[in-house]
Amino acid sequence: MFAITVENLTKEFGNFTAVNGLSFNIEQGEVFGLLGPNGAGKTTTMSMLSTMLKPSCGKASVNGYDILNNEDEVRRSIGIVFQDQSLDEELTAYENMDFHGRLYRLDKGIRKKRIIELLELVELADKKENLVKTYSGGMRRRLEIARGLLHEPKVLFLDEPTLGLDPQTRNHLWDYIEKLSREKGITIILTTHYMEEADKLCNRIAIIDKGSIIALGTSDKLKKDVGVDIIKIVSSEKEKLWSAVSSMPGIKNIEIHDDSLTIGLKDAEKHVVKIINMAYSRDIPIGSISIHKPTLEDVFLHFTGRTIREEEASGKEQMRMMRRLRR
Amino acid sequence: MDIIYTIWLRNLKRYIRSKSRLLGSLGMPIFLMLVLGYGLNSVVVLPGMEQGYIGFIIPGIISMSVLFTSVFAGIQIIWDKQFGFLKETLVAPVSRLEIMLGQTFGGATTAVIQGLIIFVLSLFMGLKVSSIPGFAIAIVFMILIGISFTAFGIAIASRMDDMHGFQLIINFVIFPIFGLSGALFPIDDLPLWVRSLTLLDPLTYGVEGIRYGLLGTSQIDPLICFMVLSGFTVVMVMIGSHLFRKISI
Ligand SMILES: Nc1ncnc2c1ncn2[C@@H]1O[C@H](COP(=O)(O)OP(=O)(O)OP(=O)(O)O)[C@@H](O)[C@H]1O
Ligand SMILES: [Mg+2]
Repeated sequence: MFAITVENLTKEFGNFTAVNGLSFNIEQGEVFGLLGPNGAGKTTTMSMLSTMLKPSCGKASVNGYDILNNEDEVRRSIGIVFQDQSLDEELTAYENMDFHGRLYRLDKGIRKKRIIELLELVELADKKENLVKTYSGGMRRRLEIARGLLHEPKVLFLDEPTLGLDPQTRNHLWDYIEKLSREKGITIILTTHYMEEADKLCNRIAIIDKGSIIALGTSDKLKKDVGVDIIKIVSSEKEKLWSAVSSMPGIKNIEIHDDSLTIGLKDAEKHVVKIINMAYSRDIPIGSISIHKPTLEDVFLHFTGRTIREEEASGKEQMRMMRRLRR
Repeated sequence: MDIIYTIWLRNLKRYIRSKSRLLGSLGMPIFLMLVLGYGLNSVVVLPGMEQGYIGFIIPGIISMSVLFTSVFAGIQIIWDKQFGFLKETLVAPVSRLEIMLGQTFGGATTAVIQGLIIFVLSLFMGLKVSSIPGFAIAIVFMILIGISFTAFGIAIASRMDDMHGFQLIINFVIFPIFGLSGALFPIDDLPLWVRSLTLLDPLTYGVEGIRYGLLGTSQIDPLICFMVLSGFTVVMVMIGSHLFRKISI
């Protein structure tokens, strides 16, 4: 049985289509990533799968339950960390957890035990009696993840779990998420616009842009689909090297830059020796040589013709921070 | 029941923790009680009022306190919406009706506590309660005002996305409800058109009910007060839960 099945899922706001006919299945225990730029429709998809928003058309099931006909069972099966904070800042961490446990009707004994266990897992046990308004961004995020796990959901939704966190905290959270998937076997669906995050955490990734999936597969497969590796050679005699290399078979493209030459080709590891040998035999000096495998960034560029707009994302984060300050 | 209790409990915790709000919302009623009560006590003579004008307005001030606290408590949903906490509640496998009722009872409880604080203070200002059953009657009316107007606040909050309209509601809805309620003046001798407005105001029946409970006299039959206010409460809870069910975030 699949943990999540999605068939032609669509959401329109007025005459604007935010999510356009998504179809995919997620295996149990899988970590599945929705990767895409701002406004791609990631949150809208999550909202529909978590029954917070009604799809315009299409269907989906979570943990075997239909999201339209079996709302309550879907809700019981999932834990969710929303993109924007959803804690009560006037309560302590323990009270936030306790509130959640009561909402999900956990018995008192179990509730207490699990709250302590989970707060220990996210290393907040010693701060559990502090009001959440005294917590840092990273601590809040960890608390939200712990809270999402309290009722032992089969499926965990993480909407941009590390947005706005510093790299260190981000790494820390990645470790937690990996541990969760490994030790508890929970199915995780997460959204992100950080390539690195998707690459590190996800078994499979759906790249989504303007409401549609444009590529889906393991990170390796997506990169293979792009097909070209890049060899970068620094040399004082670029032109000579250029004419020598262009005659070799299997070269897709070759470009001269300020201080280097880049060569696009398949299976770079196999060719690099040949290139070095040839340069040696013709007395062309080589300063340095490096191989670049395609990144998810290249994958995105390949499928959309655009780079994912990180700068826009950071602008949005700043706005969010400002909003928080104004409160 | 558990869910309603859970949400009620959260409301109470927040209420007890925000000392500044607690004290702040006592300011206005105490001010009115002192200024109007002592200021006009010797000027205004009400026939049949043994405890003078100050005795007359104390039930009105208590109602005011309950009214404002409960409307604020209902409107708090907007903050929960803006701060994101509402999502946490709405995505749980619980019915919206339970959430709404929890919020309503939570708000009503804090409102009644606020009313009781004013009540205790007015004992120091010379209020003499007619009887213990009378006090119980007053509490019943406070509870009804609390429930109906928290539900009213929730209904408004369900239709508002942010706090911009808040001032508007306070000035053009809540103050008129208070002003027209006969909290500060007797309604018997009013010109007919003002009197009919007053009788349309649901708070009037709350004020009169509390007045009957605390002082033993009122201008409207307490049984009628009870029936009208109960009816209003049922209608408000229905409207509130209907609108809350349709809330989207
Ligand atoms: N309630 C709504 N009404 C109208 N348009 C909406 C609504 N919610 C989302 N949209 C639009 O749908 C599109 C997709 O939004 P969504 O929040 O799903 O994007 P996202 O991929 O999560 O982006 P981000 O990385 O910024 O979180 C956006 O263009 C957004 O403006
Ligand atoms: Mg989003």
